[in-house]
Amino acid sequence: MSLRTRELLNLVLVGLLTAAGFASVYIARQDVVSAGSLTYALFFVSLFVVAHILLRVRLPDADPYLLPLGGLLCAIGLTEIYRIDPDLAFRQGLWVVVGVLAFAAVVLFLRDYRKLDNVKYILGISAIGLLVLPALPGIGRTINGATLWVDIGPIVFQPGELAKVLIVIFLAGYLRDNREMLSYGAGGGRLPSPKHLGPLLLIWGGAMLVLFQTRDLGGALLYFAIFLVMLYTATARWSFVAVGMGLFLAGAVALYQVIPHVQDRVQGWLDPWSDPQGDTYQLVQSIYAIASGGVFGSGLGNGVLLTPEGNPYIPFLETDFIFSAIAQELGLAGAAALILLYLLFAFRGFRVAMLADDGFSKLLASGLTAAVAIQAFIIIGGVVGLIPLTGITLPFVSYGGSSIVANFIVLALLLMVSDRVNRGERR
Amino acid sequence: MNPQIRRLFFVFAFLFVALIATATYWLWRAPDLEARQGNPALVVRELEVKRGLIYAANGTTVLARNRQRKLEDGRTWYVRRYPRGPLTAHAVGYSTISRSRTGLEQSMNDFLTGSNANLSTIIDTTLDRLQGITREGNNVITTLNMNAQRAAMDGLAGNCGAAVALDPRTGAVLALASSPSFHPNLVEENFGAIERITAPCEPAAPLLDRATAGRFVPGSTFKVITAAAALDTGAFTPDSEFDDPGFCTLFGQRVTNFSDQGELNAFGRVTLTEALENSINSVFCNLGKELGAGTVLEYAERFGFYDRPPIELPSNEVLISGLYRNGRPYKPDDPSEVDPGRLAFGQERLIVTPLQMALVVAGVANDGVVMEPRLVQRITAPDGDVVERFGPEEWKTAIKPSTAAELTAMMTLVVESGTGTAAQIPGVSVAGKTGTAETGVAGRNNTWFIAFAPADAPKVAVAVALSDQSGTGGVTAAPIAKEIIEAVLGRNT
Repeated sequence: MSLRTRELLNLVLVGLLTAAGFASVYIARQDVVSAGSLTYALFFVSLFVVAHILLRVRLPDADPYLLPLGGLLCAIGLTEIYRIDPDLAFRQGLWVVVGVLAFAAVVLFLRDYRKLDNVKYILGISAIGLLVLPALPGIGRTINGATLWVDIGPIVFQPGELAKVLIVIFLAGYLRDNREMLSYGAGGGRLPSPKHLGPLLLIWGGAMLVLFQTRDLGGALLYFAIFLVMLYTATARWSFVAVGMGLFLAGAVALYQVIPHVQDRVQGWLDPWSDPQGDTYQLVQSIYAIASGGVFGSGLGNGVLLTPEGNPYIPFLETDFIFSAIAQELGLAGAAALILLYLLFAFRGFRVAMLADDGFSKLLASGLTAAVAIQAFIIIGGVVGLIPLTGITLPFVSYGGSSIVANFIVLALLLMVSDRVNRGERR
Repeated sequence: MNPQIRRLFFVFAFLFVALIATATYWLWRAPDLEARQGNPALVVRELEVKRGLIYAANGTTVLARNRQRKLEDGRTWYVRRYPRGPLTAHAVGYSTISRSRTGLEQSMNDFLTGSNANLSTIIDTTLDRLQGITREGNNVITTLNMNAQRAAMDGLAGNCGAAVALDPRTGAVLALASSPSFHPNLVEENFGAIERITAPCEPAAPLLDRATAGRFVPGSTFKVITAAAALDTGAFTPDSEFDDPGFCTLFGQRVTNFSDQGELNAFGRVTLTEALENSINSVFCNLGKELGAGTVLEYAERFGFYDRPPIELPSNEVLISGLYRNGRPYKPDDPSEVDPGRLAFGQERLIVTPLQMALVVAGVANDGVVMEPRLVQRITAPDGDVVERFGPEEWKTAIKPSTAAELTAMMTLVVESGTGTAAQIPGVSVAGKTGTAETGVAGRNNTWFIAFAPADAPKVAVAVALSDQSGTGGVTAAPIAKEIIEAVLGRNT
């Protein structure tokens, strides 16, 4: 069986699951949702079939599991969003269309992803430019204490999501060029020379500074972790990780002193019931939602997620807290399955990286994969109370256009690396 | 780089397993979390239950009912309404989404939601849930006499205080009133309006049930207990004579009798009966010294002090009466720690609730036996069948019947010719005792009247307590008690 046929069978499976999900929401909430909305599922599946056909033509040797995994994650998110608010699901559906278009654009127009290496500095600086955008007066918008959004006319988007991809590309190119020097230091010394470390720290430091400035703590944590992971992958030096962690802890302590918001988050994490009507309301409600789901959940559409007025009990339910909603309605079984999907995604992504024969491909694939996995860990860890809560989207699942589009680009890049690797092997 | 990537994968595998473990931990904690306030899953499950109604003693006046609310998804929620509003707010309490429950709504919740379950009803309700049949709760029929309740609330209006009326023979609570009150419907709709309620006391605290949890200094009403101790021990008789110099020396300091003019008010040679009739502090002070604090406290305990009255209200709404230290009830191991003189006339860090003082007079009225206070008489199923009936139970045996008879005679004189004449009712002999506890601040007295009637065949025992008063108990509280007694005896004009 060819790789693409296997992919198609996987997609058919995803399609069946999606249809079952939508149907069960429809049965549970038929007073609210219309039968016409059932066609969303059909529409959704056909989108992925389009992506599949594109892969057949352009990347026939790409990994057959990554696209179905992305599709399944998307389907789970869309179904849960549909259950929370059918109108939001419709918009999320449109964003998936945009995401697939972006996916297609990358696959069609970026003939050789390795050329990205040549423009890595431009990409790195653009990433910082994107991150600065929300801080600019006039177009920046602050939601829930963080300035992450850019509002231009009809579109509100989070440039940070796209910047994440650009930073990974930059780091992959940069670390490939300098990994020898960074690994062993100049002239056998322990410390890498400023010449080699400088640009890296500059771009990365700039990104971190902007993120702290905009109070995007989740984003800062994500970028920091991506940076450490890629640095470790490139150099195999644990000391970098240790120093990085030390720096991070020092920074975290400093932030803790300065920003009350951070103190609230940390204290809420240490004792969720310190202020259940105020600062820790979201976390406590999230824990209630997870706990009340039981092993198999209340079933889609049967959970207690909305007040009689139809508003979610947890603010940002469809974005940051979508995992809590899924855990309540699909239970521990569903929640664990979702987490395992990310693990499978990481497995396939890292596999692509390990099979790749050049440093840039390896670093790019492992960096992009790590970015998705770390992001999933940060937000799920936050809403279950394992780590302090910082707002960030759950890749492919959360409601949000920027996140969906960025993750489809990640998917496209991974598949391109994979196709090249497998084609080389076949030859 | 492959070894690093492989290691990374294992790190992620570990982290993701940690996520699943954390979610599992919350599942394991779920039974404990479910009981917490503010858990919407729990609240919503209860909103889908059609709670039972709460009725007054007559079985027809509805104190709490439901309003149906059709949700847009077709489900029906039942939201609580309180047609009598502030009149019975403290006894009935409230059941809301945002602020949980109080009063009978909380303590009778299992009956009201029909989850007072044995196995067969659990199976029934589970089947009902699966079939989408609304679960109906059982009805609670209280002991509240609406005439007495209205008389109590009317009498308290404009003051901070509380009144409790009991049937001394059964312990049935006929009236349980606290002022200022609030409209329970507003708890959900407009809590700000409740927070803005003002009263001649600080804080106004309209949600506080002063009848069962108000902290009052008993003042001279405590003399009933001191007198009971004096008579019941056999050490004194109603005719025992005392010499009243107008003051009593305690630790070298003079405690003077209550006086409007501020001058020394000496009664000379008086009997115990006369001392109670005129509420002479110095006599009781010396009496207390002779009996000792241990004996006086023992009798207080026999009337129910240091024990939470077993009324069917949430235990956090029922305060224990007794000596207090650092905000907690405190029973001295060594009675000499307590000043017996000040204790005897109801000062000395004594904190009591109106309910407790009503139980004291009810005990005197009921031949020395204090009945368990009872706010609920029966539970009925939605179809009207009686599910459970609560009969009278004895709570404490405080004093001998002979002592009770002697005290009754003495207390009758208080109303006939003593400090409590304002409570006289034509054709009915009322036995009572006034109290005016000075807090040391002008206009901040606790004033009291405790009474029962008719003295020869008691049907009602009352305690009225007011805070932040400038008058005396005989002037401020006695008329309210009189109105309540008349309402119960059916003489309301």
